[in-house]
Amino acid sequence: MYVAVKGGEKAIDNAHALMRSQRRGDSKVAELSVEQIRQQLPLAVDRVMNEGSVYDPELAALALKQASGDAVEAIFLLRAYRTTLPRFGYSEPLDTENMQIERRISGTFKDLPGGQILGSTYDYTHRLLDFALLAEGEAPSSPAEGSCTEAGELEDSLCELEACPRVLELLNKEGLIEQSRQPGEADETPRDLTREPVNYPAERAVRLQNLIRGDEGFLLSLSYAAMRGYGDSHPFAGEMRTGRVSVELVPEELGFPIEIGEVLVTESEMVNQFHGSKEQPPQFTRGYGLAFGRAERKAMSVALVERALRAGELGEEVLYPTQDQEFVLSHTDCVSANGFVSHLKLPHYVDFQSELEMIRRLRREIDTGESSARQANESSEEDNRR
Amino acid sequence: MSVANQQDPTTQADAQAARQRWMGILAKASSDDLQQQWQALQLEPEYQFIRKPETGLTMLRGRLGGAGQPFNFGEMTLTRCAVRLSSGTLGVSYIAGRDKQHAITAALADALLQEADTATLLQNTLITPLAEKQAAQVQARAAAANSTKVDFFTLVRGED
Repeated sequence: MYVAVKGGEKAIDNAHALMRSQRRGDSKVAELSVEQIRQQLPLAVDRVMNEGSVYDPELAALALKQASGDAVEAIFLLRAYRTTLPRFGYSEPLDTENMQIERRISGTFKDLPGGQILGSTYDYTHRLLDFALLAEGEAPSSPAEGSCTEAGELEDSLCELEACPRVLELLNKEGLIEQSRQPGEADETPRDLTREPVNYPAERAVRLQNLIRGDEGFLLSLSYAAMRGYGDSHPFAGEMRTGRVSVELVPEELGFPIEIGEVLVTESEMVNQFHGSKEQPPQFTRGYGLAFGRAERKAMSVALVERALRAGELGEEVLYPTQDQEFVLSHTDCVSANGFVSHLKLPHYVDFQSELEMIRRLRREIDTGESSARQANESSEEDNRR
Repeated sequence: MSVANQQDPTTQADAQAARQRWMGILAKASSDDLQQQWQALQLEPEYQFIRKPETGLTMLRGRLGGAGQPFNFGEMTLTRCAVRLSSGTLGVSYIAGRDKQHAITAALADALLQEADTATLLQNTLITPLAEKQAAQVQARAAAANSTKVDFFTLVRGED
């Protein structure tokens, strides 16, 4: 039971003032602007957008600044802000196949149509601290930047990317990889967990929505566990792509779709071995992940956990927590998790007092029980001696 | 999307396709670029708000496996606005983000692009330059990405 306390306003005001000055740091050092965070810490911004579940880089950067860089606190701020905004309907499903690709790799197929494009990546770096960044001054810019507009610097062929069809759909001619939909299957309206709570068992669309707004660290660890032996997962990275996709929606007053802008997203498709069931022959199954911004670790973790959670419907034995919907989906949300853990910091004085009383009482009972037992023992020993 | 004849759309479908195109270009333009081009036009149309610019959220949808059933992905901020010119023409905008001025200007441009006497001017001095700039940005990004295109080759291992 939680009993409220009163008072402490002055101390709380001062504590918040102290937090603001600590956040500002040494005033001799220039203040960080929201635009600088947005431009120069984009991966932190992407994480806040993903788990805050709102695509708005400026707001996510603001939240990071306000939260002194604490991702979970920033996510909480963004989630709180989103509740103040009205909802203007749903977008048309994003067409990720027509993404303007800035990075696209496959761990399964060397020669894919459209090619492998490394884009900007930390892969292949040596993870040595770069002390050049510690020195002031401009870092060298990328070689191809703006080259297409400056005539003659780059071949024309470089300015047009080849079409990049989805690898797994394309290589499905043998029927060895499951299809993402059956021929002629009509679209169903997915349930929206921001509008209605998750019911178990949850359908695949709801599970995916939950995972995408879930805590990156939690999902990463779960997918790691699933691969290490707590989930029977033997995945390959079928395809991963990052780039811009167009957002379209159909305003009621117009009745036709219009483009409202673009979002940068990362998409991951994992391929998993599947030994087959009574209904299905052995084949590769797929796990799918999608995330805002450049968020490969997140997209891959979502795809791996997404696949693990399909165990039940694929007829695999559900043996591990990673395959257990209720365990996974009810613990992904960092705002809920943080709230529940953090609430322990609030005064629980009355609560604790009552438990303290109980422990004292139990001790007394044991003590009196022991002493009476001892007395009984002693008297019986005396009896024996007699 | 086809580039329809904007001056004299022969069918309703053409008119709609043309409008979809310019609404997309207006939405994807940076607010600064749009304001700059717009102010250079020195148009001061009379209008009233049918819907003052308001910011809200839309739930983005994706597809399972990229091509399967729709699912709810996450929300995004957007701002919408609707204006009516004194002629009665309605202009509408839905713009990603929270920039109200962007939404107002885009709605006004949408209305004027439907008016016979301003359509050509706006096409030539607003939509075309914005579209060209956007195409150049697409090309620059494509070139940057293409410079990282890789050919992996597998090595024959000695022990095999």
